[in-house]
Amino acid sequence: MADAEPAKAKPRPIIRLGLFLISHSFIVSVACCAAGVFALLLLPVLAKNTYISENALMPGSASPMLSNDDVSRARMFVNKVVSFDFKTDSSSIGIQDLVAQHITDLGGEVNFHKFLPQANKFNPLHFFSSPDQGIAQENYTYSSYGINTVGFIRAPRGDGKEAIVLVTPYNSVKTSMGEALSLGIAHSIFSLLTRVTWLAKDIIWLAADSQHGEYAAVAAWLREYHTPSFDGSGRSLFESNASPTTGRKRPNDFLRAGTMAAALVIKVTDGSEIAERDVLNLYAEASNGQMPNLDLINVVNYLAVNGQRLRVKVEKLGSLLDSWWLRSLAELFHKLGTVARSLNPQWNFGISVAEYIEGTATLASSLYNQALGVPTGPHGVFRDYQVDAITMEISAKRVANYKNRPNELLLQGGRLVEGVIRSVNNLLEKFHQSFFLYLLTSPNKFVSVGVYMIPFALLVAPLPMVAASLFADSTRRISGMETKVASSPASSDIPAISFRSWRWLHAAKTVFIVHFWGAIVTLLPHFLSLVQDSPPLTNLLSWIILSAFTLLILQAILGSSLSLLHMNRTQVMEWTLLKSVTIAAACTGLCIMSVINFATAELGALMLVPMCLMARPLMLDAKAKTLKSFIRAACNVVLIFLVFPPVAYYLWKGALVGLDNARVGDFWNWVESLWTWNSATYIYMCMVHLPCWVLCVHTLVYPC
Amino acid sequence: MVRLRSILLFLLLFKSFGSIIAEEEDQIEQFSEALLLRPLPDRKVLAHFHFESKVPPTRTHGSHHHLFPKSIYQLVHKFRVREMELSFTQGRWNYAHWGGYDPISSRNAKPPGVELWATFDVPQHQVDASWRNLTHALSGLFCASINFLESSTAYSSPQWSFKSFATNIRYGTLPREAVCTENLTPWLKLLPCRDKAGLSALMDRPSIYRGFYHSQRLHLVSNEFDLAAASSGMVLEQTLTVVLQPVTLGSGMTSSAGSIQQPSWSLSSLFGRKVSGRCVLSHASNVYVQLELDLVSELKTTSETQQQYDVENLISQSWSDMSFEMSESAVRVIQEANGFQKESSLLYEFSLENFSDSRPFDLEFRWKRPVTWSSQLAPLQAHRFLMGSGNERGAIAISLKSVGRSEYAKSSVNDEGRCSLRVDVFQVVPWYVKVYYHTLKVFLDERLHSLADVVERTNVSPSEDKVSPGLMEIALRLPCDVHSVILTLEFDKGFLHIDEYPPDANQGFDIPSALIRFPEIKTKMDLFEDKSACKSPILSKLQEESPVLWYTEVLLVPLTTPDFSMPYNVITITCTVFALYFGSLLNALRRRVEEEERLLKSKAAKPSGPIGVLLSKLSAKLRGNPLEPPPPSSSSKVSYKLILRVILVAGIAAAWQYFYG
Repeated sequence: MADAEPAKAKPRPIIRLGLFLISHSFIVSVACCAAGVFALLLLPVLAKNTYISENALMPGSASPMLSNDDVSRARMFVNKVVSFDFKTDSSSIGIQDLVAQHITDLGGEVNFHKFLPQANKFNPLHFFSSPDQGIAQENYTYSSYGINTVGFIRAPRGDGKEAIVLVTPYNSVKTSMGEALSLGIAHSIFSLLTRVTWLAKDIIWLAADSQHGEYAAVAAWLREYHTPSFDGSGRSLFESNASPTTGRKRPNDFLRAGTMAAALVIKVTDGSEIAERDVLNLYAEASNGQMPNLDLINVVNYLAVNGQRLRVKVEKLGSLLDSWWLRSLAELFHKLGTVARSLNPQWNFGISVAEYIEGTATLASSLYNQALGVPTGPHGVFRDYQVDAITMEISAKRVANYKNRPNELLLQGGRLVEGVIRSVNNLLEKFHQSFFLYLLTSPNKFVSVGVYMIPFALLVAPLPMVAASLFADSTRRISGMETKVASSPASSDIPAISFRSWRWLHAAKTVFIVHFWGAIVTLLPHFLSLVQDSPPLTNLLSWIILSAFTLLILQAILGSSLSLLHMNRTQVMEWTLLKSVTIAAACTGLCIMSVINFATAELGALMLVPMCLMARPLMLDAKAKTLKSFIRAACNVVLIFLVFPPVAYYLWKGALVGLDNARVGDFWNWVESLWTWNSATYIYMCMVHLPCWVLCVHTLVYPC
Repeated sequence: MVRLRSILLFLLLFKSFGSIIAEEEDQIEQFSEALLLRPLPDRKVLAHFHFESKVPPTRTHGSHHHLFPKSIYQLVHKFRVREMELSFTQGRWNYAHWGGYDPISSRNAKPPGVELWATFDVPQHQVDASWRNLTHALSGLFCASINFLESSTAYSSPQWSFKSFATNIRYGTLPREAVCTENLTPWLKLLPCRDKAGLSALMDRPSIYRGFYHSQRLHLVSNEFDLAAASSGMVLEQTLTVVLQPVTLGSGMTSSAGSIQQPSWSLSSLFGRKVSGRCVLSHASNVYVQLELDLVSELKTTSETQQQYDVENLISQSWSDMSFEMSESAVRVIQEANGFQKESSLLYEFSLENFSDSRPFDLEFRWKRPVTWSSQLAPLQAHRFLMGSGNERGAIAISLKSVGRSEYAKSSVNDEGRCSLRVDVFQVVPWYVKVYYHTLKVFLDERLHSLADVVERTNVSPSEDKVSPGLMEIALRLPCDVHSVILTLEFDKGFLHIDEYPPDANQGFDIPSALIRFPEIKTKMDLFEDKSACKSPILSKLQEESPVLWYTEVLLVPLTTPDFSMPYNVITITCTVFALYFGSLLNALRRRVEEEERLLKSKAAKPSGPIGVLLSKLSAKLRGNPLEPPPPSSSSKVSYKLILRVILVAGIAAAWQYFYG
C-alpha cells in the first residue's frame, strides 16, 4: 500500500497520512510513547497559577469579625471537653449532650442523629448508581450506635434554601486534644455566626461521632439527610433504646436546612515542632477521582496564606523528593528554561529545581489518590451528593503547648473558617465557574484537563495505529500464504479462502472469552466474602485459584481457541491478529476508563501500553537468536512480570512506603478496600488490565 | 350633593381634630392606625402595624375620595377585583418560636418573596385577562417584578384548599423577589399621612429592614359589584409585620440556670424613633401590647412565690411586684375571654391622643426577672424538604409532626365519635419539575398507609410543559393522636430551552412554599369588652375567625444547566465542519481527473529544475491561472525539498523572533 505505484491515482491526503502512519507504526508508536511519558513529566512545568474565577466569592474583602469573646468562650468549651471524664460520665451524660447544650446556649437549634455503622459490602451491581438508602446491619449490638450532634443556625433574613456545612469529626469515646480543638474552632465560629446579620445561607455544624470512623458517621448523616426512609420498621428497636439513662429528652427529630452549597471538614492535628509556621493541609480527593471545584481550594488557600499566615500544603509523595533521577530531570528542565529565556526573555517557562521536584511529588500524589478512587477523608461523601467539600487539617505546633497560648490557634483557625464561610455565603450560584477536572502541583498551581489529557492521548494514540498495522500485516501475510496454498492443487481449502477476511473473528472470540472471564473474576470476591470469613492470604489464594479454574472451564466450554496444543497451521500465524484485537480492546478499555476516572486510565496506560505493544511470541525471538531478539524477549518477560497486578501493587507500595513490613495478604486487603469504597479502579483492574495481561501472556507463549 | 356632604364632613373632621363622629360612620371614609407589640419567647419583639382605610360604596358615596388611595380605587374598578392580597416578605416566620396558632401569625406569616392572590368579579373567561392586567398594574405601582406572574406558567387557580368558597381566584408567588425600601415607599404612599406623622413615622428604614422577619401586606376587600348584598364599599388593610431583636446592652448571652433575661425594649430602642402624636386624619390611633397566654400564666407562677397574685394585678397595672413594667399606663386592659381556661392573654391599649411633638410617645417595656414561656403552636408542625441527589430525579417530602398537645382535638370530633383532624395541603410546582402525582405516598407514624384511608379529597392538575404549573390540593383526614405524617412525591427534573434559563441558572430553581391549612381549627381572640368600645379595626380583625395556616419552606432544586459558552463552541465547530465539507465538495466538483492526468503526463515530459519551477509559478501567478504542480520526479527528492523549505522558514522565523521579538 505504501509502495503503491505512482501512476495510480493518489488517494486523499488524509488517507495517505493514515497509511503513512500505519506503515511506520513502529517508529510512530515509540515516538508517541516517549512523548507521552515526557509530556507527563513536563506537566509541573506547564502548571498554571490558580486564580479565583467566581467574582462573587470576594475572599478577604471583609475584615474578620471573630472576637476574643467568642474565642474565650470556645476555650472554656474546649477545656470542658478535654476535662470530660469519659469513664464515669459516659453513662449519665454523653459528650454529645455537652456539645448540644453549648449549641442551644449559643442560640442554635440542635438535634441528635443516631446511626449504626454500616458495613461496606461489595455490591457489583451498584457501582455507578447514586447513593442508596442503606440497609442497617442485621446483627448490631445496641450499644454500638454512634450519635452525631447537629447544630443549626437559621440565617436571620435568608429564605433557608441553602446551607453551608461544617464538620468536626471527634471520637465520642475518647476525644483527643486535636479533636477537642477542632470542636473549639467550630464552637467559636458558631458563636459568632449566631449573632451576625450578614448570613444568607443557613449554617449546619455536624459534630460527627467518629468512633466507627469519620467517613461512616458523615455518610450516615448525609444518607439520612438526602434519602431518609420513612418506613420505620427497623428503627423501632433503636428508638426504644434511645438514651434510656439520661433523664432529658433528646431532640431526635431530624432537622434539615435546604440544599448544601459547600462543606468544610475541620481537623486539628499535632504538627511537628520544627515547622516555622502552622501548616494547613488540604485534602480534596473524593471517590473515583472526583474533585471539588477549584474555587473552593483557591479561597481556602488565599485566605490561609494571605489572611492567617499559614503554610498551605497538599499531600505529596515523600519518596520522590530525594530521588536522583527526578533531580537530574529538574536540572535539565531548569537549564532548558534558562536557555530559552536567554533567547527570548518572554519565554518564561523556566522552573527552579526545587519547585519542579515539589511539583512532581505533589502531582504524583494527586494522580495516585485520584487513581485509587478512595476518598482521602470525610469530605469524600459530600461529593457523592454533588456538594463541594474539602478537609482543612490544621497541623499546629501549638497543640502541644496549647496550655500556654490557648487563644491563638482558635483565633487563627476560626478566622480562616469564618472567611471561607463568608465567601461561600456571598455566592449566588453554586460553584460552577472554575475547574472540576484538574491535578494540583502545589496549593496554588494546577494542571487543567486540557493539558493533562495530552500525555494520555499520546500514550493511547499508537494503540489503534499498531492494531491497524498488525491487522493489515496479517491479512496480507495470510492472503499471500493462501495464494501459495491455492496454487498447490493438493490441499485447496475452499472455506478458508472464502472466509479469509473474517479470520479475525477467531482472535476476537479469544479476546472476548478472556474479557468475559475478567468480568467473572470481578464478581468472585463477592461470593468469597459471602461464603467464608478467613484471613486475607487464604482469600487471595482462593481468589487466584478460582480465577484460574474458571479460565480453564471457560476454555473447555467455549472453545479451544486458547489451547495452544491443537492448532492447525493457519491458526499459528494468527498471533498478529490476536495481538491486534487485544490492543484494540485495551484501547477501548482505556478510553472508557478515562471518562470515568482519568487518573486511573493515565496510570493504567503507562503500564498497559508498553506491554501490549511489545508482546511478541517468545518462540519467534528464540528462533531468531540475535542480540536484538534476545533483548526484546527479556524486555517482554520483565514487563509481563511487572504488570501482573499483585506485583505492580507491591512495587507501588515499595516505592511509596517501603517493603519492610509488606505481607502477601496485603494485596487482598487493598483490593477489599477498593471495592468497599466503590472504586471504579477495581473494575478497571479486573476487566481491562487483567484480561490484557492474560492475553499478552497468551501471545508470549504462542507456538510458532 | 354627595360631594358637598363629604367636603363638609372633611372640614368637620379637621375642625374637631380627632374627635370622631360616631354616627354615620358607615357613610364616611375612615382611616385608622394601630400598632401591636408582643414580646416573643426567643428574646425578640413582634411589631405589627395595622392601617385600615374604608370607603363607602360608590353608589352612595360617589367616586371622590379624601383618604382612600385613588390608585387602589381605580385598580378595583378597572379590573373588578373582589378581593386581593399582596405581600412582600423577607425572612422566614419562625413558627416554633413565634407561634402559629394566633390570628396574627396565621394572617401575617407569609412565604418569602411576593405572594399575590386575587378574586375577580368577572365572567370565567375574562379572569385570566384581568389577572394579567392586574399584575402589570401592581408591578408598576409597587416597583416589583410582579409582572412575571402574568405568564401562565407562574400562576394557578386553586379550587378549595387555599381559600374556601372562592371562585375566580388566581394565585401566584415569586419566591426570589428581593424586598426593599423601593417596595415600602409606594406602600406608604397609600397612607394618608404617609410616614410623616402617626405610627408610620416609626418606620425607620434601617431599623425595620434589620429585623429577622419583614412582611408588608396589602389586603383589599370590595363589595362594589355585589348589587344584592348590603354593600359596605371597599376596605383596604395594610399591615407591616416585623420581628426585631432589641439591642441588648452588655452581654445578655450568658445564661444562669437555664433561664435567660429577656431584653428590655422601648419604641425608641426598637425603631430609633418616637411617635410624636397620631396621624390627624385617622379616627383611631392606638398602640397595643399583647401578653400571650403562656406568658400570663408564667408570670402568675413566678410571682406567686412572693405574693398573692391575681390577674387583677396585671390588669390594674401595679408593677411593683411584677416581672416587668411599662413606662406608660394603659388606657384600658382587654382580657381574652377563654371560656374554659383560667388564664387568658392580655392586651394593653395605649392611645396616642395626648401625645405631641413636645411629649412624644415612647413606650418602654422593662423586664425585671427572667421569664421563659412558649408561644401557642399550630397543631402540626410542617416542614418540606427535597430527597435524592443527582440531576435526574428526586422527591419532595412534606412532613407534619405533632407538637404533642391535644387541646386542638376537641373541636373536631366527627360523627362516629372518633377524633380526627383535617389538613389541607396546597402545593404549586413549576412545570420543569415534573411531579408524578401517582407516586404520592402517605406515611402515618412511620407506616405506609393507603391513600384511601387518609385522603379525603384531592384535586390535581398536572403541569403542562411551558404552559402551566402543576397544582396539587389534598385534604387529609388524620386521627388526632397521630405523631408524624409524611407525604412524598417523586419528580423528574426537566430540561429547559437555552433561552428559558434565568441569568443565574446555576443557583437552582425554586419550588414555591406549600400551604398547610387546618380548615377546622379556627383561631380568633374573644375579647372581653363592651360593645361600644369596639371601635378599633385591629381588634375586630383579631376577633375574626380564620383558619390556622402554615407556609412551608421554599425549596431549591438544582437542575442541569448547559455550559453557557456552548453556543460559541457550537458555532465554531459548525463553521469548521461546513468549511471542511464545502471545501472537499468544491474540490471534487471542480476537479477533472482525465484532464489532470493528461497535464501531468505532458508536464512529466518536460525537465524542470528548481529555477524552472519558480519561473513557471511566477508566470502562472502573472497570468492569473491556477498553478498545476509539476509531477514529482521522485518522492525522496520532494520530501528533501520540503524539509529544506520548512527548515528555511523556521530559521527565518527564529531569527526574526530573536532579533526583533
